[in-house]
Amino acid sequence: MADTHSFERNAGAERPLSPHLQIYRPMLTMMMSIVHRITGFGNYFGTLLLAWWFIAASSPNAYARFQWFASSWIGRLILFGYTWSVIHHMLGGIRHLIWDTGRGFGPKEREWLAAANLIASIAITIVLWLFIMLTMGIA
Amino acid sequence: MGGPLHIRTPLGRVLGRGAAKSGTEHFWQQRLTAVANVPLTIAAIAILITLLGRNQAAVAQILGSPAVAIIMLLFVMSITIHMRIGMAVIIEDYVHDDSLKLTLLMANTFFAIAVGLAAVYGILKLSFGL
Repeated sequence: MADTHSFERNAGAERPLSPHLQIYRPMLTMMMSIVHRITGFGNYFGTLLLAWWFIAASSPNAYARFQWFASSWIGRLILFGYTWSVIHHMLGGIRHLIWDTGRGFGPKEREWLAAANLIASIAITIVLWLFIMLTMGIA
Repeated sequence: MGGPLHIRTPLGRVLGRGAAKSGTEHFWQQRLTAVANVPLTIAAIAILITLLGRNQAAVAQILGSPAVAIIMLLFVMSITIHMRIGMAVIIEDYVHDDSLKLTLLMANTFFAIAVGLAAVYGILKLSFGL
């Protein structure tokens, strides 16, 4: 009798689940893993701009429309974001390739790699865009 | 009795292609295209920067020139293969409804091929001056 009762009680009991994302304190390496996926997702749709650019390049009218978009503030914002996204994903990919060789997993290395990825992607994007704006005579 | 219990058949173990029947092909393709993407992306950005502020005729001429067009074609092919695998992984991770998952995986393949082919068409059109 007692056994049956305890069985029935336990059957409806909350069982422990494996911990999900919100359990963990946010860490740089974890955030960078998420950002790698998000930038990859963004780059996927960025290829639409790339295809548009290639196709538009064959006609003056179509190219004028592309240039109108690219020089609008929303177009600039999207292109700036796309630039960072591509560079960040590329550097993150290099980090993954380093890991694929079995290197860079130590506590110091992985933190250093994550920080370097983020800092370098922002720095390269800013330098590229300063150059772009100087070339285009915007700045 | 005795000896390890194998769930897979001996043939399955020898082929090593797993439940998805594709083995490590996608894993390998993703790394192969990743390695190719690095120099190709750097080259594509460099080409893009040299084309800034030029008029359409100049852009068309430079983009259509053999070396530039070939680099851009390689770039487009490598990134579209890479992004198709990447998006498939995202869909498989987050979409658990079978019919929706299948639909999205198909849409992913269609998108990757369509956008890749559109870009290739654009480049070839410049090269051949059609």
